[in-house]
Amino acid sequence: MSASKSVRVEIKVNGKAVAAEVEARLLLVQFIRDVAGLKGTNIGCDTTSCGACTVLLNGQSVKSCTVLAAQADGASILTIEGLAPEAGDGSGEGAASLMHPVQRAFHENHGLQCGYCTPGMVMAVTSLIAEAGPGELDEAAIREGLEGNLCRCTGYHNIVASALAAAREAGVAVARTGAGE
Amino acid sequence: MIPASFEYVRAESLDEALALLVEHGDEVKLLAGGHSLLPLMKLRLATPSVLVDIGRIDELKYVRDEGDVVAIGALTTHHDLARNALLSRHVPVLAHVAGQVGDPQVRHRGTIGGSIAHGDAASDLPAVVLALGGTYVVAGPKGRREIPASEFHLGFLETALEPDEALTEIRVGKWGEGGWGFEKLTKRAQDWAIVGVVAVRREVPDGAGAGAVAAGSGIGVALVNMASVPVRAASTETALADGASIADAAALADADCDPAADVNASVEYRRHLARVLVRRALEQASR
Ligand SMILES: Cc1cc2nc3c(=O)[nH]c(=O)nc-3n(C[C@H](O)[C@H](O)[C@H](O)COP(=O)(O)OP(=O)(O)OC[C@H]3O[C@@H](n4cnc5c(N)ncnc54)[C@H](O)[C@@H]3O)c2cc1C
Ligand code: FES
Ligand code: FES
Repeated sequence: MSASKSVRVEIKVNGKAVAAEVEARLLLVQFIRDVAGLKGTNIGCDTTSCGACTVLLNGQSVKSCTVLAAQADGASILTIEGLAPEAGDGSGEGAASLMHPVQRAFHENHGLQCGYCTPGMVMAVTSLIAEAGPGELDEAAIREGLEGNLCRCTGYHNIVASALAAAREAGVAVARTGAGE
Repeated sequence: MIPASFEYVRAESLDEALALLVEHGDEVKLLAGGHSLLPLMKLRLATPSVLVDIGRIDELKYVRDEGDVVAIGALTTHHDLARNALLSRHVPVLAHVAGQVGDPQVRHRGTIGGSIAHGDAASDLPAVVLALGGTYVVAGPKGRREIPASEFHLGFLETALEPDEALTEIRVGKWGEGGWGFEKLTKRAQDWAIVGVVAVRREVPDGAGAGAVAAGSGIGVALVNMASVPVRAASTETALADGASIADAAALADADCDPAADVNASVEYRRHLARVLVRRALEQASR
């Protein structure tokens, strides 16, 4: 490989290979939105702060506004659209039952208001749960684990509740102790 | 925001990266995790004309037990350091602080080598290596050399690395027995430290293996964001070695540094924070 302003990349997005000749400076989030055509991944701050652009790169959460498409060449990317493709946009009859457990937890716990931060939140929670061992996630660990994701609407309470519900379903939440629960 | 146009090339090995540095001369930058460099490039505060991507060089991703020393490959991510069992056992302070850098997404991409080579005095990991009396291994066309952490950072974003050199390894002595403390004051959870403090205390027989830690006491205290480079709180270390109480020693915490004012804190507030946070970190370290 020699240094060049355009780079041929092939990135597996939600299981489907997307190949293109792109500018070296193209960001992964632009690749996802404009080359792969998937607009579910949002750009909020564009400065690595808000987490709206969070996707999974080889299974780990990353802020796709701060990764070059060229760096992701050959990698597997999972975006919000790829979590549970059968559920479509979530509006169809019975779609809730087809959602990914993290999506369903947000749905059931009212973990969103305007929804702008939601794709990034859901991907960040998905990564957090995938990395956690049994009994590792409690409210504090979830709040810390979501440090990189900002929400202007909810005050976070229901987002944390959603994440906790999803962690319970995945068996990685702290054991329940209180009789009231 | 889109970075200014540049040429990209991916190095598959350290040797290839070093050759590319020589080939492209002045205008080239290494790209590791990209979590310091790309934000600067997006703001056009950095406009390298060639990026050599070293992010895939697996030979520089490791944490190895080398007897008295733990050796860490420069491309090991903060995430991998935070979860590394060997590091957690022998240098727990480094594993802990790596787990406090930024947020999970930043830790999945950012590397210890990038954090150290970038040379921002607000970074946490350089202060840890400094407090531990560690060393940095760098490689270039003239071969390999080892630089003590105390001689590596020269000024704001300025290090002892030559333009044709790469940082390859971080070496820290096993800490084992003893204690440590880490204090970091931020306004928002994911932010850089306004002031940070690393304190480490090693139980050592006089001088043995203490390396660069304050003679005899086995105590190292380093400050984040209290000068243009990470600095040791030398007066505090000396006072402790001479038998001063933690409170008295901590009162000297800002004696050896030259902090700047910025939007987050005035010079006086930073000095105050350093004294308070050093006391807290030393209290943790002595438990
Ligand atoms: C939102 C956010 C929050 C953050 N919070 C913190 C924080 O709280 N504490 C903290 O310490 N850091 C923080 N960081 C910085 C983070 O730790 C970076 O990952 C790190 O500083 C740089 O590592 P990198 O691998 O991303 O380096 P890059 O951005 O790839 O490189 C940085 C610089 O180092 C050079 N370089 C990289 N690797 C080498 C090498 N092996 N040899 C020679 N030169 C090299 C590059 O050429 C470049 O000039 C934060 C970053 C972000 C985006
Ligand atoms: S858009 Fe990427 S972090 Fe905000
Ligand atoms: S729901 Fe509106 S930003 Fe989070």
